[in-house]
Amino acid sequence: MFRDLYYTIFDFVRTFGALQLFFLRLLMYTPAVLSRRFGLVIGQVYNAGALSLVIIIICGLFVGAVLGLQGFSNLSRFNAEDSVGAVAALALVKELGPVITALLFAGRAGTALSSEIGLMKATDQLSAMEMMAVNPIRRVVVPRFLGGVVAMPLLAAVFSMVGLLGAHMVCVPLLGVDVGSFWQQMQQSVEVADINEGIIKSFVFGVAASLLAVWEGYNAIPTAEGVGRATTRTVVLTAIVVLIFDFMITAVAI
Amino acid sequence: MDTVSDNLIEIHDLDYSFGARKIFNGLNLTIKRGQVTAIMGPSGTGKTTLLRLITRQIVPDHGVILVDGVDIATLNQTELYDLRKRFGMLFQNGALLTDLSVFENVAFPLREHTRLTNRLIRHVVLTKLHAVGLRGAADMMPQQLSGGMARRVALARAMVMDPDILIYDEPFVGLDPISMGVIVRLVRRMNDALGISSIIVSHDVQEISTVADCSYLISKGTVAASGSPDELNNASSELVRQFMHGMADGPVAFHYDAPDYAEQLLGRDAE
Amino acid sequence: MQQTRTVELGTGLFALLGMGALFFLTTQTTGGEDFSADETFEITARFDNVGSLRPRAPVSMSGVTIGRVTRIEFDPSALEAIVTMDIDARYDQIPEDSDASILTAGLLGSQYVGLQAGGSEFSLEEGSEILLTQSAIVLESLIGKFLVRGGSDGAD
Repeated sequence: MFRDLYYTIFDFVRTFGALQLFFLRLLMYTPAVLSRRFGLVIGQVYNAGALSLVIIIICGLFVGAVLGLQGFSNLSRFNAEDSVGAVAALALVKELGPVITALLFAGRAGTALSSEIGLMKATDQLSAMEMMAVNPIRRVVVPRFLGGVVAMPLLAAVFSMVGLLGAHMVCVPLLGVDVGSFWQQMQQSVEVADINEGIIKSFVFGVAASLLAVWEGYNAIPTAEGVGRATTRTVVLTAIVVLIFDFMITAVAI
Repeated sequence: MDTVSDNLIEIHDLDYSFGARKIFNGLNLTIKRGQVTAIMGPSGTGKTTLLRLITRQIVPDHGVILVDGVDIATLNQTELYDLRKRFGMLFQNGALLTDLSVFENVAFPLREHTRLTNRLIRHVVLTKLHAVGLRGAADMMPQQLSGGMARRVALARAMVMDPDILIYDEPFVGLDPISMGVIVRLVRRMNDALGISSIIVSHDVQEISTVADCSYLISKGTVAASGSPDELNNASSELVRQFMHGMADGPVAFHYDAPDYAEQLLGRDAE
Repeated sequence: MQQTRTVELGTGLFALLGMGALFFLTTQTTGGEDFSADETFEITARFDNVGSLRPRAPVSMSGVTIGRVTRIEFDPSALEAIVTMDIDARYDQIPEDSDASILTAGLLGSQYVGLQAGGSEFSLEEGSEILLTQSAIVLESLIGKFLVRGGSDGAD
């Protein structure tokens, strides 16, 4: 039993190290890809970002609406329902925007990245590139990674903005919160530092989610089952890592 | 041609294991320039692994692989990629890039490695597609192609950089007789018309016999027999005869190693 | 080529929307009262108790934000808090004997420094110290006082 534990820990440390080295390799190729193959990155921003917009907008709208409802009913216990705008904005910008976007990103774009790269591996497309003297990490993995990194902060910003609109739609016409106090309270309490915190979070989550997605795809066992398992692992790992990072960044920021 | 050796690829004393399983054990093999060389063997003997070793997608445990007299284990990344530009490889299922059209798949190596103008690329790609009879399919996506067509596109892609060596991994598997005939003729024609060397991995004895100049039969990690298809057909070795004539029993047993049948059924080995 | 156009268009729209959202967040949700001035001068004030005043809290006069708290330190020799503030250089005619108090925005709002004009003919300038200060009202001590007095009233 101790042997099993030993091997589990040993494997974990080794995998973790391999992931770091993989990350360094991606960073090493990044300048060349950005300068010479920018078109590839654009295509992946489209895949990871533009194609995730629908789910981000719908979810953002409803999360914002729920924040409005909950915020209103909870704050009215303290006769502070005018602050609902501030509460919704702070929650969205600092916390829910980046985190929920990252989780949705893992489900929509992360799984797509993993299964795409995994299938390319399973159908020998990566080997074929190797044989055509094309480095598959440079040609396939790095553009997808960068696309995700660029897309995530933008998606999180869209999520927060749409969420605020959702909160506005619920609070102002429906619950009768004064428009002026809704926005003014928000503007008084949200500071640039809060927005920076949100941007930093979404950037870090973007790096983590994209890295895990391409890593799982690239290291998938090249069979149908292996690719399926890799996509599942992408979602699970991303969720765990994002929430851990969220805690750490929040702890540092406060 | 005097100074250049006739041997394009030489493999000396090759050992390779996958996990605990020993795949090659002291394999020696020579591939001659300008010929179509077939590598045959029962399923699971590591024929595809051998191709991956020759192109250094994997590294042997022991032994030397010389391509044009150069030990490929000594090459750095750039030299390796330069070497690979001389190889054209046809994977089992074509391995076309699924997000690119047929045209872009064939153009892929040109776009990656050359600075040709779009006009010139178009010219080269259409020529190669014409050679495999699929000029009309240039705008199709790989998903729309049949297995035989996909393999022909992959062949066009393998040729587009004008390689010295074309490698075919199981090119005949899962094809209808017509597509198979087309591929067989293409292999021969490419080899002779372009003056290149070809390596075919297959266990399709009939098809190989019509196209190969020289065949190697691999079994149990070493070369069991070699020679022209006729020589192999008339060989006296039991293994060769079993393989060439497709007999169910022989040196390659029908049964995988197992404990005694009666004992296992009666459950005595459970104790 | 049709496909390339779709990708470019989609990416363009996405990037514009994303940057628009960022712009919206930075400009529309933050700081109605965000103080920013190109030139400022620094003044200090000593308080017995700053309550929950934080750096970046606004400094206001007649309800208009004219500056920001930049630093709050404790002076161990005088056993007082020293609050350093940046005041917009445009407001260079604030009387020197103005007094500063730490006020609370609303019942549970954040705290800020409020300046009340004095009558001196000299103005506050770089390095000035405000001598008349009133500490933050700490809610607990206020309630405590009220309870003690209320209790003694009842006993009489």
